[in-house]
Amino acid sequence: MTEFSESLLSDSLRKKKGARLRPAGLILVPLVAILFQVYVPRFIPQLSYLDLPLLITVYFALSGRSPIASVFYGAAIGLAQDSLSHQPIGLFGIVKTLVGYFAASVSLRFDVENPFITFVLSLFFFFFHQFLYWVLTRALLGQSVGFDAQQTAIFGLLNAAVALPLFRVLDKLKVTV
Amino acid sequence: MEFLLNRYRNITVLLVVLFAQLVLLAYQVKTNKDVPLIRVWAVSTVTPVEQGLEFVRRHTIGVVWDYFVLIHVKEKNDQLQHQLDQLKLENHFLRTQLSTAERAKELSVFQSETPSKTLAARVIGNGTGSNSKTVFVDRGSSSGVEAGMAVITPDGIVGKVVSAYPTASLIMLVTDPSFGAGVVSQKNHVHGTLRGQGSPKCRVDYIQNEEKVENGEWFFTAGDDRIFPRGFPVGQVASVHNGRSAKEIELTPSGIQGGLEEILIVTEGVHEPIPTTPVVTQTQKLLSPPTDVTATDPQAATATLTTDADKLRQEYQHVAQDENFKYGIASPKPPDFTKVGKDQQPAVKPAPAVPPAAGATATPNNGTPNQPSRPAPVNGQATTQNPASGQPAVRPPTATLGTSAQPPAIHTGVANAAEKPPASTAKPTATATQDKPRPRPPALVTDPTDADPDSEALIERVQRVQSKPPAVSETRSAEIASPPPSAPPKPKTPDATKTTTSAKPVNTTKPATATGTSPASGSKPRP
Repeated sequence: MTEFSESLLSDSLRKKKGARLRPAGLILVPLVAILFQVYVPRFIPQLSYLDLPLLITVYFALSGRSPIASVFYGAAIGLAQDSLSHQPIGLFGIVKTLVGYFAASVSLRFDVENPFITFVLSLFFFFFHQFLYWVLTRALLGQSVGFDAQQTAIFGLLNAAVALPLFRVLDKLKVTV
Repeated sequence: MEFLLNRYRNITVLLVVLFAQLVLLAYQVKTNKDVPLIRVWAVSTVTPVEQGLEFVRRHTIGVVWDYFVLIHVKEKNDQLQHQLDQLKLENHFLRTQLSTAERAKELSVFQSETPSKTLAARVIGNGTGSNSKTVFVDRGSSSGVEAGMAVITPDGIVGKVVSAYPTASLIMLVTDPSFGAGVVSQKNHVHGTLRGQGSPKCRVDYIQNEEKVENGEWFFTAGDDRIFPRGFPVGQVASVHNGRSAKEIELTPSGIQGGLEEILIVTEGVHEPIPTTPVVTQTQKLLSPPTDVTATDPQAATATLTTDADKLRQEYQHVAQDENFKYGIASPKPPDFTKVGKDQQPAVKPAPAVPPAAGATATPNNGTPNQPSRPAPVNGQATTQNPASGQPAVRPPTATLGTSAQPPAIHTGVANAAEKPPASTAKPTATATQDKPRPRPPALVTDPTDADPDSEALIERVQRVQSKPPAVSETRSAEIASPPPSAPPKPKTPDATKTTTSAKPVNTTKPATATGTSPASGSKPRP
């Protein structure tokens, strides 16, 4: 095992220090993320590509390292997103549940403090989220929605680029237990 | 089981959560119903915050944003003002073009409608002179314009040509102080002389105080000045009051109200009737008059005989033809008029009691059976109720420029009849019909009592008529006075002389000879 691989697979500092988000932050951060998604694109349409609820879900899953908590967290954020959309409730919930679960599972094996790992995981989960949503929309609702992989990849890169500073900011909100 | 749950707790929770959401989704899709509770919670949570954010944004970022926006407002305002000026100019230009096109179209329509020959011209300048009202037009003697020709527009008369040069002509407007023209009022046919005053309004002189002229009444050209053909609108009375010896009437000339740009020079004038209906405005397009088939096709004229008088006249003509008798020539033996009504329908058989609108007999022709009438008036006067009052304008008998100034008799008769109640219209005697047309008694066509000679109403009418002989026409007296009042009246042979007089078309004026000017193309001989 090389030094690089050891650094990727070693335990996270957050795990070591026992850092945890404040309870108020657990509610306010996803709320702000959802508000950002429904409010800001009104004035800055270019920011509509930014899926902050997804990034928050990934962040909580990666930092929490608890698959069960991430499942519920992702489901809650997804259902909240569904509630503000015109689609039947459950699509975003299912997708974000799976994203939370897999992100939490991955965080148990990788050092999610590494920016590269964070970037790759963010890109992967954004693509996974979009693809799964497209599949569910076609399969469960029977809607013929197109899937543009190239555009999704670009948006994934942009979201991943935003995820790096966002995760740093969110790390500041943590308190050491 | 407990072991499995402990070992696969994560995946179990995941599956449970996924299954729950799948069930929720399936329920919504299956039942096509929503889950309002979750949505209400989410919306109730998000929207107040959103409202607060919007409030803050509006009062903070909005103000700052507006400030930055206002920086460029002046520049943009100048740009828009410049653009607006350009558009205004363009709009004005297009409106002018459109107005010119509309005027040209109206002029063209009027030119095709009027029987007079006209020449379109455009005003190119004003004449000099402090008080003179003259303009130059772009048509001159090379185009056939001569001094003394009338100048009109579809709205009314404009003036007359005072000088014709090779390429231009000088027009004296009706408002010029030296202008004069013979005019006649529409309602009472009061004749007067139009004078310009140098102001926008003209006056009408030589109308006695006893004459009746009303405010708003229209005046038309009388045709007795050898310049303007009869029947062109002149203007509306703006004010009228009695003077010392004559009325003082101020007239608003209608021909120059909208500004003068395009005019028509009347090269060959044809008299037209004074309309009994209000003058139509330019926006109301006149329909083309019906084709005068009877003027060219005698067969068609016979086929279109519809009134009782026409039928009666035809029967008398048949009798005269059978006996080789010619009306108007002295003959020792008059034809046997007792044959009238024997081989055909009774000559004076009353009209069937059908509604006036059911057949052509309901249309009054006022004694001019074959005369083409103008289109129905725009205001829809009842032409089927009273033939005297509601008849449309009828083309007058032949009268061209330079002919007698006396208006054709039909106009006077029609106009007078229009002003009088129907009872008085039946008064004229047989001799009066020679020079004054008399509308047909409406009872011949429309009175349902005529349909049944045995009816009690008719008997009562006979008794009433006998007590008041002047109230009925001579024809009617001859028709209904013969049978004894006590006995039921029977269809009888009418008095030939009287019936012929009354049933004959009232307008027997022969076409007047054109003197000096061209023959009246619009005048048509009476059958």
